[in-house]
Amino acid sequence: MEAFLHQVLAGLATGGIYASLALALVMIYQATHLVNFAQGEMAMVSTYIAWSLINAGMPYWPAFLLTVGISFVMGVVIERVVIRPVENAPVLGVVTVFIALLVILNSVTGWIYTYTIKSFPSPFPKEMALGRYMSPHELGAIGITLVVLLALYVFFRFTPLGLAMRAAAQNPVSSRLVGIRVGWMLALGWGLAAAVGAVAGMMVAPIVYLDPNMMGGILLYAFAAALVGGIDSPMGAVIGGFTVGVLENVLGAFVIGNELKLSVALVLIIGVLLFKPSGFFGKVHVTRV
Amino acid sequence: MALLEVKGLHAAYGQTRVLHGLDFVLEQGSITALLGANGAGKTTTLRSLCAMVKTQGEVSFDGRRIERMATEDIVRLGVAHVPDGRGTFLNLSTEENLRLGGYVRRDKKTVESDLERMFGYFPRLRERRRQQAGTLSGGEQQMLAVSRALMLAPKLMLLDEPSFGLAPLLVRELFGILRAINQREHVSMLLVEQNAAMALDLADHAYLIETGRVVLQGSSNDLKSNDSVRRSYLGY
Repeated sequence: MEAFLHQVLAGLATGGIYASLALALVMIYQATHLVNFAQGEMAMVSTYIAWSLINAGMPYWPAFLLTVGISFVMGVVIERVVIRPVENAPVLGVVTVFIALLVILNSVTGWIYTYTIKSFPSPFPKEMALGRYMSPHELGAIGITLVVLLALYVFFRFTPLGLAMRAAAQNPVSSRLVGIRVGWMLALGWGLAAAVGAVAGMMVAPIVYLDPNMMGGILLYAFAAALVGGIDSPMGAVIGGFTVGVLENVLGAFVIGNELKLSVALVLIIGVLLFKPSGFFGKVHVTRV
Repeated sequence: MALLEVKGLHAAYGQTRVLHGLDFVLEQGSITALLGANGAGKTTTLRSLCAMVKTQGEVSFDGRRIERMATEDIVRLGVAHVPDGRGTFLNLSTEENLRLGGYVRRDKKTVESDLERMFGYFPRLRERRRQQAGTLSGGEQQMLAVSRALMLAPKLMLLDEPSFGLAPLLVRELFGILRAINQREHVSMLLVEQNAAMALDLADHAYLIETGRVVLQGSSNDLKSNDSVRRSYLGY
């Protein structure tokens, strides 16, 4: 029983990371109806930036915040420079651009930092009272994830800018007619997604270690999470993230073994697409004409 | 003084040319109607003014040339558009739709009181305040579109068939509200209407458009008594 509880709690910790990345995917999907395959690699680059800052002697939290800021700018710049020119291109063209971005970010990082696996520090203490069930880093990662999710919820729900971003994502024509600069809202969305991804990267790196391919598996879990929740539902992505995290851990520990863990994500992706393509929280939009 | 002046306006959707050198003037504080049959180019004219279609020609608003400006910048000058098809943000609530209407305004306090004012004009919208706007009836969405445009506190309103989908009683009420806003707040209006009789009652001045050109213009009273307008558009 204790071992089971331990697996569930550890699953919640990684689940929070999947949830963040899934949320980043959903944010971009809502605005563009495309899945950003490079989301994971962008998070990986952010994590390397954090690693460089910390190695240069910066304390963890300032480096954390600075990385989030830099990642935000990186997201905005990528949207403006790389995505904007293919805005009206056919879907396959844009997907190709996403995959190119993935490969480029991966190779350039490998070229700069080498493919040698590095350890990445956790800001949380090594030992603590609850240590029997959960490591301090796992607990801390859950806490950070929840803070990020709450901040995003408040931003989108209660601020005029958040409202404008939602409006621009779902109805660009009407948004222009009320004076919203739709292009900039998309860029801001990319910035936010990159910032959220950066947090996910920094939280997962102490667990999976830092290397240019670290986000490959994570992104698959995040896809599964986003699909389980419904690719157009932010709330669904979050719940999906935690669900996938727990499932993966529990099944991996007790049923299929650690080697087959990743197939949980693939089975989920195929299962959801076959039997419930809108996911469990995908909104059914009611429209009367 | 002219608030809006249009000279030689051409517009096309791809290869299909819709406007062939349209000229008209809208006086400050007036309500001007564009009349014409389906396909005459009325909706396209309104879209051209907001840079929603590719155009050639001159458009001056409030002493400034706007034909090269982006839609959102034209809106920020105080041009509100009640678009064809209502343009509702279907997945947002009624209140969020209204707040978006005032998105570019800096005077947040007046925005709050304007929100209340809209609920005063259209009590149905207050009842539906938290409801997803996509579930509103056609008529309610039309009221929402008009109030969303008013939330901009515009200098000029472009109204594309505001009576569309409204019950006759509501149309009369809506036109009464538009008249009141025009008189009290001096909001100028450019009105496109299928219902020529109602449009001529509301407007001071009207232009008759046929296949992308102005063929007749005059005060509403002149047009009402014009024989061909009477036969073709008023139906008696």
